[in-house]
Amino acid sequence: MITVLAVHFAVAAVAPFLFRVWGRSAFYALAAVPAASFLWLLLQHGAVYSGSGAVAEVIPWIPGLKLELAFRMDALAWVMSLLVLGIGALVLVYCARYFKKKDENLGGFGAQLLAFAGVMFGLVVADDLLLLFIFWELTTILSYLLIGFARTRLAARRSALQALMVTTAGGLAMLVGLVMLGFSAGTYRISAILAQAPTLVSGPSADMVAAAVVLILVGAMSKSALVPLHFWLPGAMAAPTPVSAYLHAAAMVKAGIYLVARLAPGFSETAYWQPIVLGLGLATMLVGGYRALRQTDIKLILAYGTVSQLGFLTMVVGLGTPDAALAGLAMLLAHGLFKATLFLVVGIIDHQSGTRDVRKLSGVFRSSRALGIVAAIGAASMAGVPLLAGFVAKESVLEAFVHHAQGGPWGAAALAGIVLGSILTFAYSARFMWGAFAAKPGVEPTQFKAVRPSFLAAPALLSLLSIVYGLWPAPVDSWIQPYAALFASTAPDAGTPAEQAGHLALWHGFTPALGLTALTFALGLVMYFGRTAVARAQDLVPGWVDADRAYQLTIGALDDTAVWITGRTQRGSLYFYLAVILSMAFALPLTVMLLAGKPLPGDLYFIDPYSPLQAVVGAGIVIGALAAVKANKRFLAVLMVSVTGYGIALMFALQGAPDLALTQMLVETIILVAFVLAMRSLPAELRDRTGGKYRVVRVVIGLAFGVTMVFAAIYAMGARVAVPVSLEFPRLAYEGGGGLNIVNVTLVDIRAWDTFGEISVLALAATGVASLIFVRGRGDRIQVSATVAEGSVGRQVGVDPGSREAAALAISRKFAASARDAWIVAGRTLAPERRSIIFEVVTRLIFHSLIIFSLYLLLAGHNLPGGGFAGGLTAGLALAIRYLAGGRFELREATPVGAGTLLGIGLATAAASGVVPLLLGGQVFQSAIIELWLPVFGDIKFVTSTIFDIGVYTVVIGLVLDVLRSLGAEIDEHFEEDAASPEGEPSAAGLPAGAEPAVQGSVRQSADGPETVGATVETTAKGQG
Amino acid sequence: MSVNLTLLIVMGALYACGIYLILERSLTRVLLGLMLLANATNLLILATGGYAGLAPLYDKDTAAQDYADPLPQALILTSIVISFAVTAFMLGIIYRTWVLARQDEIEYDLEDLRVAETPSFDAEDDAEIPAETSEFPLTMLGGDGSSLSDHAVPRDAPEAGASIKAGARKIPAADAAAEEQPGSRNVTPGPEGGVK
Repeated sequence: MITVLAVHFAVAAVAPFLFRVWGRSAFYALAAVPAASFLWLLLQHGAVYSGSGAVAEVIPWIPGLKLELAFRMDALAWVMSLLVLGIGALVLVYCARYFKKKDENLGGFGAQLLAFAGVMFGLVVADDLLLLFIFWELTTILSYLLIGFARTRLAARRSALQALMVTTAGGLAMLVGLVMLGFSAGTYRISAILAQAPTLVSGPSADMVAAAVVLILVGAMSKSALVPLHFWLPGAMAAPTPVSAYLHAAAMVKAGIYLVARLAPGFSETAYWQPIVLGLGLATMLVGGYRALRQTDIKLILAYGTVSQLGFLTMVVGLGTPDAALAGLAMLLAHGLFKATLFLVVGIIDHQSGTRDVRKLSGVFRSSRALGIVAAIGAASMAGVPLLAGFVAKESVLEAFVHHAQGGPWGAAALAGIVLGSILTFAYSARFMWGAFAAKPGVEPTQFKAVRPSFLAAPALLSLLSIVYGLWPAPVDSWIQPYAALFASTAPDAGTPAEQAGHLALWHGFTPALGLTALTFALGLVMYFGRTAVARAQDLVPGWVDADRAYQLTIGALDDTAVWITGRTQRGSLYFYLAVILSMAFALPLTVMLLAGKPLPGDLYFIDPYSPLQAVVGAGIVIGALAAVKANKRFLAVLMVSVTGYGIALMFALQGAPDLALTQMLVETIILVAFVLAMRSLPAELRDRTGGKYRVVRVVIGLAFGVTMVFAAIYAMGARVAVPVSLEFPRLAYEGGGGLNIVNVTLVDIRAWDTFGEISVLALAATGVASLIFVRGRGDRIQVSATVAEGSVGRQVGVDPGSREAAALAISRKFAASARDAWIVAGRTLAPERRSIIFEVVTRLIFHSLIIFSLYLLLAGHNLPGGGFAGGLTAGLALAIRYLAGGRFELREATPVGAGTLLGIGLATAAASGVVPLLLGGQVFQSAIIELWLPVFGDIKFVTSTIFDIGVYTVVIGLVLDVLRSLGAEIDEHFEEDAASPEGEPSAAGLPAGAEPAVQGSVRQSADGPETVGATVETTAKGQG
Repeated sequence: MSVNLTLLIVMGALYACGIYLILERSLTRVLLGLMLLANATNLLILATGGYAGLAPLYDKDTAAQDYADPLPQALILTSIVISFAVTAFMLGIIYRTWVLARQDEIEYDLEDLRVAETPSFDAEDDAEIPAETSEFPLTMLGGDGSSLSDHAVPRDAPEAGASIKAGARKIPAADAAAEEQPGSRNVTPGPEGGVK
């Protein structure tokens, strides 16, 4: 079985190449696959119908999840496979004539159709619930692709999607049911579940099993197009007719029937089974038959006929008695034969005449008698005319239901329904024949091209089989008996299974069933001959409920709701999103705190007795923050935020956290420099454009959030009961980490992983900054100053010669020009008016001291305040001074190694200090203390975590360098390019050339009327609100 | 444990100011607000460390509970440096926004606004299509009935001049057909490629 599957999929995979070589004849090659599999199947007959009654193959797939590729072929699977493989082969043969030589995308189509045959085979032989589900969903997906074959046509796309949605929705329900069933049974093996079905159905999990069965039936309903989910099937007639013949008549829609048949031996006794299967089946049979009589498209007559027959089959197969089981499978086979015949005939008519409309077709029988005869056999079999397969099967169905009707009024109702459905079936069969072939008065005879035998071969063979089956039903009977025996009662007086099931036969004698058949024919003929009256009556009946319309309305309502909700929530305003999030962030905790009504913890104090100055500094911080909020000048606001930052540093110092104070101080300084560098091109004004009523909201949210945080913090700290983990840190730091500075040892040793993560973030952020500014790379290469002309950097141009600035410029040039260049390396590259001799001298004096100091901080950090972060920031500050004094070439001279390289080296060093201990047999980031004696230095205690700290140090320098290079040097260059370029052109320097036009467009847009643009957007947003 | 209200009140004020600022439309103010929030959070963590003035460095004579809690300090140190990196990154964004669009403001997301305007009519789902009764319509058959492509002529295009109700507005039928093309968003592109 696995081989059969594998061959199907393998050939499907190469099918597109076959089509490229052979054109549409490649369909024959594809047809060979299911045909050969069909022969193999026939050879399996002996194995399946002797001994244990099944052939099984199991390959472990995911043992941990108990998933297996379990396949098992028993009588049911064998009969289903006959249909799937046999009709699959014939349909593929038919395709080779149905499609035209020039049709496109045939390769993909053929592959899908062949793969479908394989998947369908897999579905019927799968012996694992989850495996079955996988095949089930694969049929859904392939059906979607096949229905949507004519992808340029709206009707095809829409029906494909509809079929997909309906069957997938059912499939999801079914998956839940399968999991529930597998869970209750403790196994997903179908044969095992069925074997223990009696205990499951009556055991403690009976309710769960009953619910699971209902969910599985929902899946079957959606697949087999039972009311109320039947509407997708007529829609799916947008598929090419061979697809309709195979998927929507013979194979895929039978998957639901198959599932019902598969579960019926074990679960037909569960609580909801009979009402669902019989009720919905009957409703479907009648609705389908009724609607079929109204259609004017012969394909749609067949489609609704299929709906009707599927309901019929579901009833019979689901009844759960041996005779019904026999009749059900017999009917299934008969239906597959005649419905495939008829669909293929419809395809031929459409192909040869260019229409399927009953009102246009006329006299087709005269044009092609062979076709007419083939169709007549199929239609007669559908109507249940004697000597044909349909008659044999339907007789035994009627037998079974006559028998069932003795059980009570519901049984009688079911029988009556079936008879009514059969009358409708007879009527629409006749209507089909009349519509497709009859010569109609007043209608021009349809032009009909001759049908080639190769085209007609497949339906002709199928109709021949209908006859053979009708005349000689014994083989079919023997194929089905083992399945029917599964339902047999074991009561002593019940008789053998075969006696309970009865037999398929052409002639049973004068039985009630035969009488019902006669009644069916009589009334069916009446309906056919009174078809105008029937049509008029149908027209009078209002279209009560249109399931298709209901589906469309549902989907439309769903779409509208989605748009409505999206429009209300996804307003495109960051302000709105933040306001909602932040409001939740304070409303929820505040409510909880108020409702909980816990008393505040006792140990509150306003002024720390050890550090009263904190209150004063705190006041300064608050003033700074408020001023930052109020400031309407950009740099004023930045400065005020800096005030709070320095205030925090002071706070750290007062609290007794020297490392924090030091680091915060350094960071604050560098941030200030970065701000000035980045914002020098932005306007000085900081306009407040968030309007009046929003300001109140913002104040409220801000205050409420602040208050919430205060109380949350108080309660959180008051709730602290456990002993802090950090009590151990001082000892660990000294004994394990070999350092006195507990905070630093925490960073580089106790929590080294954390720090390693952090420096990775630093490296990323640095790269991000460089990428944002340089755009075309990290910009690690910059000219050395020796190649740069003297005084060329930052020269002021475009100054009005007569103005005061020009005079000042002349003086500064005179003064600043210095022949000697003793203080800094690249000072000469700066324009004279940019230079400051005092700054250069100071730089010269302190740069090296700062670098030495940074190294001191790095190395001393283990025992004294300092460490890699503080050291790196100090070194960065030294570089910032060099850059500010001597421009970008000075920075280049100061750092022969690029920022990217520094970041890399730093990360590598830190990583190495983590990995090397591992190689030496220790833990990741384990540190060792090495004590040694050096001349001059004396006793030295070296802790290896210092190497990690060196990595941190390097990364931090890389980060600061990247900031300086990007926000400083590169923006300098943008400025100079702008100054050199013609007037008024906004700066777009640093952009890739290709991006220029689009960018300029949007610049122009907002530059022309930022007010108006903002205003329209605002009104739109308000209009929605 | 003891709770230092000074630190917490300053923290609350910083949070309030920070939140007020990040609700602004100016990117610069948003960044400043983020910095205030970072500072506030650092103070919060600091406050969990207990009383001021405890020993930060190891001394073998100090009892375990007499040290300033090193864990919050280590966390703050991490936070300070990370905030710096994030600030630098945001500065890069602000500068880039300025260069590209000459503005320092957070704009409305036009894509979101466009989604809210999506009409209820979607041609793919809702356009009327006449029933098709053949895959091989006569109009497409050539002399020998096999020369032309099967699925070429769009037969579902409504008559010219007719209009289709699309949500709140009416669109010409011809446009509705155009909207059926792959990639159509069913919305007339506005001047900036945005809403109409």
